Amino acid sequence: MSPFLFWVFALLMLIFGAAVVVNRNPVASALSLVVSFLGLAALFMSLDAYFVGIIQVLVYAGAVMVLFLFIIMLLNLQAEERRQINWLTAAGSIGVALILLIQICFVIGHFQAAQQTFPPLPRSTTDDVWNIGALLFRNYNLPFQIIGVLVLVATMGVVLLSKREPR
Amino acid sequence: MITLGDYLLVSGVLFSIGFAGVMLRRNLIVILMSLELMLNAANLSLVAFSRFRFSPAGLPDYNAQVFVFFIITVAAAEVAVGLAIVVALFRARQTTDVKDISHLRF
Repeated sequence: MSPFLFWVFALLMLIFGAAVVVNRNPVASALSLVVSFLGLAALFMSLDAYFVGIIQVLVYAGAVMVLFLFIIMLLNLQAEERRQINWLTAAGSIGVALILLIQICFVIGHFQAAQQTFPPLPRSTTDDVWNIGALLFRNYNLPFQIIGVLVLVATMGVVLLSKREPR
Repeated sequence: MITLGDYLLVSGVLFSIGFAGVMLRRNLIVILMSLELMLNAANLSLVAFSRFRFSPAGLPDYNAQVFVFFIITVAAAEVAVGLAIVVALFRARQTTDVKDISHLRF
């Protein structure tokens, strides 16, 4: 991917990611998150990870965000009323996040491999679904089945939590 | 050319945005969305390392992409349970603000 496209998608993702935090209306936050996930999926595609990019769009931008929007509509949340902002708390949390970011930049700056470009692939790989699937069933068979049980338990937990108790 | 460090930097900035969101916002649903941003930042750096490090066959290292697959699955389950808890809380208290639910009793 050309550097121009990389920076376009990275800036798109970061700007809309910041809009998730800044927006006062939860619906606007959720829609900004969809755009941010689409930019992230484009970055995955630029790293030749087509399968991960596609499940990013299908699972996150599709299923998870529809779930978020349904819950926001169901609870009928309005934009938060303008409470007075506690400036000390806001400055503290932004400061801690900035310190984390500075530390991450410091680590990346001292990481030798971070200055290298990506090596070109010897042949084009569009069969990464096959490769991931083979690895998933050969080497990671037990974690895969544990994940299946986890999803089943989560489904049952959600049903139990959202069931109204008979009075 | 785009280096590995550029991807790691973008991932770090996205993680910091999500981290700031978790601490700044008081709406539980927006806090869950910020958690999703942090998980996706981790996914981005994993995929970047996967493309950077070759397996002996000359392919990207797919172990990291399997890990990303697991992270996406667990995140979807986590969102479903978290939103169910938010709905149950809203039924009991008519609020999704963390300031209103600071007591450990019901």
